[in-house]
Amino acid sequence: MSALPTPPLVQASDLAKTFDVSAPWLNRVLERRPRTLLHAVDGVSFEIERGKTLALVGESGCGKSTVARLLVGLYHPTRGDFQFDGQDAHAGFAGAQSQALRRRIQMIFQDPYASLNPRWQVEDIVGEPLREHGMASGKTELRERVGALLESVGLSPLDMAKFPHQFSGGQRQRVSIARALATEPEFLVCDEPTSALDVSVQAQVLNIMKDLQQRRGLTYLFISHNLAVVRHVSDDVGVMYLGRLVELADRRSLFATPRHPYTRMLLDAIPKMHDTGSARTPVQGEVPNPLAPPPGCAFNPRCPHANDRCRSERPALLSLGGIRIACHAVEEGRI
Amino acid sequence: MPLLEVKDLVVEFPHRRGTLRALDGVSFAIEPGEILGVVGESGAGKSLTGAAIIGLLEPPGRIASGEIWLEGRRIDHLGPKEMRQVRGRHVGAIFQDPLTSLNPLYTVGRQLTETILTHLPMSRAAARQRAIELLADTGIPAPEQRIDHYPHQFSGGMRQRVVIALALAAEPRLIVADEPTTALDVSIQAQIIQLLKSVCASRGAAVMLITHDMGVIAETCDRVAVLYAGRVAEIGPVHELINHPAHPYTAGLMAAIPDMSEERERLHQIDGAMPRLNAIPPGCAYHPRCPQAFARCHSERPELLPAGATQAACWLHAKEGA
Repeated sequence: MSALPTPPLVQASDLAKTFDVSAPWLNRVLERRPRTLLHAVDGVSFEIERGKTLALVGESGCGKSTVARLLVGLYHPTRGDFQFDGQDAHAGFAGAQSQALRRRIQMIFQDPYASLNPRWQVEDIVGEPLREHGMASGKTELRERVGALLESVGLSPLDMAKFPHQFSGGQRQRVSIARALATEPEFLVCDEPTSALDVSVQAQVLNIMKDLQQRRGLTYLFISHNLAVVRHVSDDVGVMYLGRLVELADRRSLFATPRHPYTRMLLDAIPKMHDTGSARTPVQGEVPNPLAPPPGCAFNPRCPHANDRCRSERPALLSLGGIRIACHAVEEGRI
Repeated sequence: MPLLEVKDLVVEFPHRRGTLRALDGVSFAIEPGEILGVVGESGAGKSLTGAAIIGLLEPPGRIASGEIWLEGRRIDHLGPKEMRQVRGRHVGAIFQDPLTSLNPLYTVGRQLTETILTHLPMSRAAARQRAIELLADTGIPAPEQRIDHYPHQFSGGMRQRVVIALALAAEPRLIVADEPTTALDVSIQAQIIQLLKSVCASRGAAVMLITHDMGVIAETCDRVAVLYAGRVAEIGPVHELINHPAHPYTAGLMAAIPDMSEERERLHQIDGAMPRLNAIPPGCAYHPRCPQAFARCHSERPELLPAGATQAACWLHAKEGA
C-alpha cells in the first residue's frame, strides 16, 4: 500500500445549492402558491489535482459562479460534500479551524472596479489579509510583504500609496491577484477574472496567472464563458448547463472531440477569426427558465438528437472512454 | 457617392483643466449596403464616433470640427429638432443593452408603431401590420400575440430582436449598432449577428458595427476601422486587416486574442495601457507601447498611409524620402 496515489486537492461530490425564491409568506397563503425553489447547482462532482487548472464553462445562469462561491465557503451547500486536501471543507469553514482553511483558499472576482475598496490605498487592500491572518508583525514587515506581492504581479512597490482609481482595469485586476496571493493560498477560485478586461490587457493578466501557477504550484478553478480563454489556461474542462455538469474532460479531448451536443454547440458558436466572412452555425432556442427546467435532460428542447428518453429521463454523468458525460445519445452510441 | 462620410471629426470635452480631445481627426466612409466594423479597446472612441453620427453626444461633449455627411447631406450641425427627423428615418441605432433601449412601460407594439407613424405616412392599422411583419422578419415567434407584450416578457435575445426591428422600422439606409451582442450569451450572439446581417442585406441597409470583439468583426464585416486613442490606426478590408495587419497595434491586438486554431504557451501581450485623454503622447499615440517605434514616431503624428491592401497610420509605411 505504499504507492497510494496522492488524493486530489479539491474533490466535490454531488454538490448542490438550492435557493428559496418564493413569494413572501402572506402572498403564498393568500394566493395558494407553493414555495419556489431555484436549483442553482444540482449535484455537481469533480476533482482537481494539485497544481492543475479546472475550467468551468457555460452560459449565464448555468450555476458556475455558485460553484465558485460554494468552494470558498461563501455559500453553504444544500447537499453534497466538498473535500479539500482530504478534509471536509464545509465542516472546516464552520469549525475552529476556519481561519487556517480560509487562508489556503482564496478568490479572484470578475470586476476589479467593484472588488477593491475605492477609499483604501493599495497597501491596505493587499495588506488586509496579512493582518487578518496574523502573517506579518509590524508595519515594516507588512510593507515589505506587500511590496514583494506587488512585484510578483508585475506592479511596483511604489504603487503601494496609490488608490484604486489611479490604476487601469488590468492593473486593478493585478492588485486583486496580489491580494488573493497574500495569504499564500494553495487553491485559487477565479470567477471570470478577465471578462471585464480588454483583450490586450486580458493577455497580460492570463500570462501572470500562468507564471504564478508554475512558480508557486497553485491550483486553479477557472470560471469563464469564453472557450478560447479556457482552452488557453486549463488542464481539464467542465461544461455546465442549468446547474449540472454535462461533460467533464481533459482539455485536449474536449476541444478535439467534443461529445455532448451542448459542448459542440458552444464550440460551433465561437467566431472563427482567420476565416473571415464564414458564418457560425447559430443554435436554435435559448436557455430555459431555471425555475421550471424541462423534464428529462435539460438540454432536450435545443438538442438535435433528443428522443423520448431524453424528454423523460435525466441522464447521469457517466464515465465513457476517459471522459465523463451526461447524455443518453452518446451513451447509446447514437452520436 | 458614399452613404456616410465622416471627415476629420474632432470631439472635445471641455474640462476644468483644459479641453480633452476624445476623437482626434477620425475620417472614414461607408458605402451603401456595406458593413463597416469599428473596433478598439475601451476608451478608444468607438462609441463616441457612433454617438456623434446619430447626434446623441452627451453634453458637454461636442463636435469641435470636422464634417459628417449622410446621403449627401451634412448632418453634424443640425439642430435637435432636425436631427430627430434624421434619426430613425435615415439612421437607425442599436445599443448594447436591449433592456435600457426599450421603454418598460409601453408594449413593444406601441413602441414600433410610434416609430413608424413618426416617420412614414401611414394609417395606424397599417403601421400595426407593418410592426407585426417586422417582428416576424426578426424571428420572433407568434408576432401577432407578442406585439402586445411588454419588454420584460421577452428574454434577452428576443429583446435584442425587438430592438433590431425598432431600428429598421422606418427603413433607414444606415444602422449604427453599438456592441449589439456584448450583453448576450455566445449561442444567442451567433443568432443575433446572423439576423442583423440578413435583415440588413435584404433591405440594402449599411451597418456601422461597433464592437471590441474581433471574432464578431471577422465573420460579419466587409471593412474594419481600428481605433486607438481617438484616432484611426488602420482601416481596410476585413480579410487583409486580420491576416496581414499593417499597423503594429493591429498586429499586437490580433496576437493577444486567444485563438481556437492554435495552441500557445503564452499569449502575446501588449505592455502598458492605452494613454489617458489628458496624457496622449506627442507623435504617434501608440509609440510608447510599440516595439517598432523609431525617432520619427516620437515627434511626428502619422496620417493614414497606404500599406498593402489597407491604410495604416504608421511611419513604417512611409515612402522613402516622404
